[in-house]
This record gives sequence, C-alpha cells and structure tokens, in this order.
Amino acid sequence: MSSLLQVSSLTKKYGNFTALNDLNFELESGHITGLLGPNGSGKTTLIKIICGLLQPTKGVVSVNGNPVGVNSKKVISYLPDTTYLGNSSSVKEIINYFCDFYEDFDMQRAYDMLATLGINPNARLRTLSKGTKEKVQLILVMSRRADLYILDEPIAGVDPAARDYILNTIISNYDENASILISTHLISDVENILDEVIFLRQGNIVRHSAVDDIRSNEGKSVDALFREVFKC
Amino acid sequence: MSWSLDSDRPIFVQIIEHMEYDIVSGALAPGAKIPSVRELASEAAVNPNTMQRALSEMERRRLMYTERTSGRYVTDDESVIAELKKNIAAAAVDGFVAQMKKLGLDKEEVLDLLRENY
Repeated sequence: MSSLLQVSSLTKKYGNFTALNDLNFELESGHITGLLGPNGSGKTTLIKIICGLLQPTKGVVSVNGNPVGVNSKKVISYLPDTTYLGNSSSVKEIINYFCDFYEDFDMQRAYDMLATLGINPNARLRTLSKGTKEKVQLILVMSRRADLYILDEPIAGVDPAARDYILNTIISNYDENASILISTHLISDVENILDEVIFLRQGNIVRHSAVDDIRSNEGKSVDALFREVFKC
Repeated sequence: MSWSLDSDRPIFVQIIEHMEYDIVSGALAPGAKIPSVRELASEAAVNPNTMQRALSEMERRRLMYTERTSGRYVTDDESVIAELKKNIAAAAVDGFVAQMKKLGLDKEEVLDLLRENY
C-alpha cells in the first residue's frame, strides 16, 4: 500500500475565520475513506483544496507525489455537492463532452450504468428529477478510471433503493489501486463499505481510524460514535 | 442477497461467521470454489478490502486454501470442518446454558425441555 494523497500542515482561512486548522493526514491507495463531520466543519473546503478549486492559506497537498495542479487533476474524479451540468443538454451530449474532456473516461461503463438505473440517454437534463440528475452526475464521475474519486455528498438526494445500487456501483467500479474519499451525513448507509473514517470538527481532525477498529475498540457503529463525538 | 451485517461489530468478523455457517451447513461444500473477492464484496455490500481480510483470516484458520492460479477453495479436510462445527455448537450451547441459568432453571429442567422440544 502506497500513499496516494498527502496533506501536510494544511490551513485555510476565510478572513479571520479558520476553516481548516493545520491538517495532516495521508490516504493510501486502494482504500475507501469517509470524511465525516457536522455542517460547517470544513469537509467541502478540504475537498475543494484537494481538487485545486481553492488555494490553501498554508500547507501542501500532493497526489501521487505531485502538488495539486494539472497532474493531480488528471487522476482525480470529483463529484461536487452542486449541479454544474447544463440543463439544456441531453445525457448523451454530456457523456460525449466528458469523453472529449477526460482521456480516462470509459463510455461503455457510463452507458451500462445508465441502462441499469433506467435513465434514457436522450433525455434532456432539465426534464430529470433532482435525484436522477444526481445519479447522472455520479455515473459520469465513476465512469472515469481515476486514481482518486472524491465524492461530496453522493447519495443525499436519491431514494434508499438507488442508494444501495449506487454504493454497489462505487464498490464494484473502482480499481483495486484506486481510492475513494466520500463526504456524507448518511453514515449508517455507507459505513459498511468504508475502510476508515476521518472526523472533522471546526477544521480539526478529531479522529482518523479504521472502521473495524472503532467497532472492536468501542463496541459501537461509526454512526453511534459520530453521534457521541458530535453531540449537540 | 443481503448478508444482514450489524454496524456495531467488526464487519470482517461477521463475514467470517457467515461463511463458517455456510461451510458447516454444506451451503459451501468441501472443496468448492469461492467466488472472487469482488463478487463476494458486492454480494455482501461491503468493502473489498474487508472481504479480503476475512478470507485471508479464514485461510489462516485453514478453512480455505488458495491455488496459485485458479482461485480460492473451501477446505476439503473433513476433520477441520468437523472441528469448526463442534466449536460453533459449543459456543451456542454456552450462550444457551447461560440464558437458562439466568431464568433460574436447573439442569434437569433444561434437559426435560430439550427432550420435549428437540
């Protein structure tokens, strides 16, 4: 197991507000990591810095030994927490667009997943429900053969049955050496597929451990531990 | 098929228990080929690394073995399976006895109940 993502002394301030406070951690390749924390704990800020969409105030993030930049973006497949696809395009047009844009995009894989979820490739995006749009976005992201998938709230808007399918898509569609970083509030839905979790609180990592260690040492689920750690 | 795993106990332990039952009950026959890690992970809806860990542990306990090129198999050593069956039964009986003691039943009463209901 080699280190895929290294984050060292990472700090991000918005004016006087410290969103991330001197974070240090590494992610190994081949692992699925849950990034968990209450609202406003810095999850999306951290993700955006890893993806090169925000500049850190201090510290370094590197992917496969390269600093965030062209080379890191090539190997990261990112699902943002908002929609960014043009509403007037059809699903098919967007797939072609992704195919042009990313050399690691696997078109067959995308069409297979669309078929299983019963999504018509000719449908215009504006005719799709919110949940279906989310599914399309996730399919686009998981159809790349990336080294690191970063999923910001991937299942928040979809029904429980589709959630199961999506989680299955996630575990059966990533390569052995690829890693996944998932940020979510729906801990009980995802915790069985996680290797490890990072708990963020007010920009600090308060816990980074293997999920089965939590279960053996604490005798409780990750969901229960989260509720305890972040009790309001 | 769902494996109904609890979230508050280590998943790999529960996978092992699940597969041990399959071996003892014959659902996984001696010498049968085990599906790939990925297939099993997908079936159980768990992380492939966790499945790998469970299978490695079962190999360590000699309940499975790997053929270098062709995959992983259930042990064909009947004595290992018989031993496993005994251990699982012993653990279940321990739990049962403890529960009966809690209910305040003595050995004879429990044996009578067993004879009536078995």
